[in-house]
Amino acid sequence: MLIYIVRRLLYSVVVLIAASFIIFSFVSLSNDPLAFLKMQPNASEQTIENITKRKHLDQSIPVQYVYWAKDAITNQFGTTTIGNRPILPDLTRVMGHTLQLVIAAEILAILVAVIIGVYSALRQYSMFDYTATTFSFVGLATPVFWLALMLQVLFVNIYLWFDVRIFYTASLSGVDPGSGLHFVLDRAQHLGLPIIVLMAASVATYSRYMRASMLEVVNSDYVRTARAKGVAERGVTMRHAFRNALIPLVTIVALNFGGLLGGVVVTETVFALDGMGLYFVTQLQLGDPYPVMAWLMVTATLVIVFNLIADIAYGFLDPRVRYD
Amino acid sequence: MTEQVPATSGAVTAPAERLGSSADLSLSYESGLELKARSQWAYARMRFLRHRLAVGSLIILILIGFVAIFAKQVAPHGFNDQDLVNIAAAPSWDHPFGTDLLGRDYLSRVIYGLRTSLWVAFFVALLSTAFGTAVGAVAGYYGGTTDNLLMRFTDLILTLPGLAVLLTAAAFLGQQSQSIGPISISQPVMIGLILAFLFWTGLARIVRGVYLSLREKEFVEAAKASGAGDMRIMVRHILPNCVGPIVVTMTLIIATAILVEAALSFLGFGIQPPNPALGSLIAEGNVGGLGYWWLVTYPGLVIVIIALAVNFIGDGLRDALDPTQRLRA
Repeated sequence: MLIYIVRRLLYSVVVLIAASFIIFSFVSLSNDPLAFLKMQPNASEQTIENITKRKHLDQSIPVQYVYWAKDAITNQFGTTTIGNRPILPDLTRVMGHTLQLVIAAEILAILVAVIIGVYSALRQYSMFDYTATTFSFVGLATPVFWLALMLQVLFVNIYLWFDVRIFYTASLSGVDPGSGLHFVLDRAQHLGLPIIVLMAASVATYSRYMRASMLEVVNSDYVRTARAKGVAERGVTMRHAFRNALIPLVTIVALNFGGLLGGVVVTETVFALDGMGLYFVTQLQLGDPYPVMAWLMVTATLVIVFNLIADIAYGFLDPRVRYD
Repeated sequence: MTEQVPATSGAVTAPAERLGSSADLSLSYESGLELKARSQWAYARMRFLRHRLAVGSLIILILIGFVAIFAKQVAPHGFNDQDLVNIAAAPSWDHPFGTDLLGRDYLSRVIYGLRTSLWVAFFVALLSTAFGTAVGAVAGYYGGTTDNLLMRFTDLILTLPGLAVLLTAAAFLGQQSQSIGPISISQPVMIGLILAFLFWTGLARIVRGVYLSLREKEFVEAAKASGAGDMRIMVRHILPNCVGPIVVTMTLIIATAILVEAALSFLGFGIQPPNPALGSLIAEGNVGGLGYWWLVTYPGLVIVIIALAVNFIGDGLRDALDPTQRLRA
């Protein structure tokens, strides 16, 4: 087991280094981070020359990459190219905000999806089952950013017509968020719509998997045995079937982390939340390789860690799985 | 419904044509007097036609495809024609989707955007299906070091956080037309290439699995014994066995490509003006504020309808192309 984890981690390190080199080269090859600065009339030759020296922009790409790697390891991802602003503090701030959003959305999504999935499996081909299936099909076919915009349109119009503000449609907190309970309420009102948007795609996916795995378990031999030996129906579903049906969901949730990040990028852009997604998009528009690389390294590491967690959790929960 | 399909099948793609014109078959089947020998294709076609949602979706998708192909003839106005009397007008009979902030008919703009988006989605699907199948086939058939190298490469792409890498690639490579030597690649094609580069991995794994299990089978051995080369065995003998998963995955890729391309274009890293696309139309519509709801709603609805239809067709094909599924009378 330990050997398995170590080998996976070592392999991941190789993947990360390879991926970072590839991404760094094409970010640097196809883009001049100083293009914006060079267009500014009040940016002096000296400034541009200083930045070029500092970031070694006159060197070849592999050399630039080595300088970047050195910066990333010894100097916490270094500083931005133009403003020379440290990257890590910004990154940790936006990560904190994104974490609030993602954790709330995922917990709610898992709860809702488990309830929907189990209920549709127990009442297969019922009205509820068909409705849930239809909704998940529509949910998977709806672009995340469009759902976000539609919710904004809906709640803005509710506010305009009835003068009732249920959710704020943009930004992270009010002008004066207050403190204590008032702060929490303000946050909740601001994060309400982004959470719904992030939930939608996750619920659509998870509930399908939950339904399928619950159906498989309910029709398995040991559940029939449990019934045959006289376990009450409630005990059969909850103790025998439900607990085993949850195992595949653990994997799906952990593996979905990469997809969730995509949702975060889009959602935060639409709702103007000061989170990782918006940070990434902003830095991409500026064309600065340093913060973009820092962001990609952090998220790629997280994705790899979650993939590993998915595998380990699976073996932990299902004793039939062996690692070699 | 079965009569409608052949009527339109003249100008559509080959698989759709094969799925149509089954009236004679179903008639002889219903008479039930004699058992006619049928090919697997005939069975697949009949199973597909039984899937009403899928058939309906196929008809809708074909209609949408027609609108996209004949955009110039179908669209009531030009892409950039302005109606200066009706600026930012809400939907009406003259302008069913309303007009935008410059007075351009939004229905026409959506139709032209649809053309680009659909084209990119099909391009991505074809390209990544071809590449994924080739990689999976070679890896599964030859095994050993080849398999190991190809699959490690596939894993590398699978572990990257999808949308973020796409955004990076699109932001730095896909913003203008590129030229590699004498070949110049237009901007939408560039976006298509970037999408395809990330979408082939799942299919490669599936195809590899089929090849791995089938290369040990007797029919492959028989083909080898009668002197067939590797290429012939891979293409003629094993490939037909994974048509099902390939076609189903391809429909899934079309749906994903439409959604992802829309997200890219919405964020401003996808298809660039003057090329119209559904995602960038939504982004443009959003600039004017949420009061102009029709500018945001209609292009999005079109995306949802296409993605839904493609998913339903995929579902129908999954059932139709699975030879273990029995045809219940």
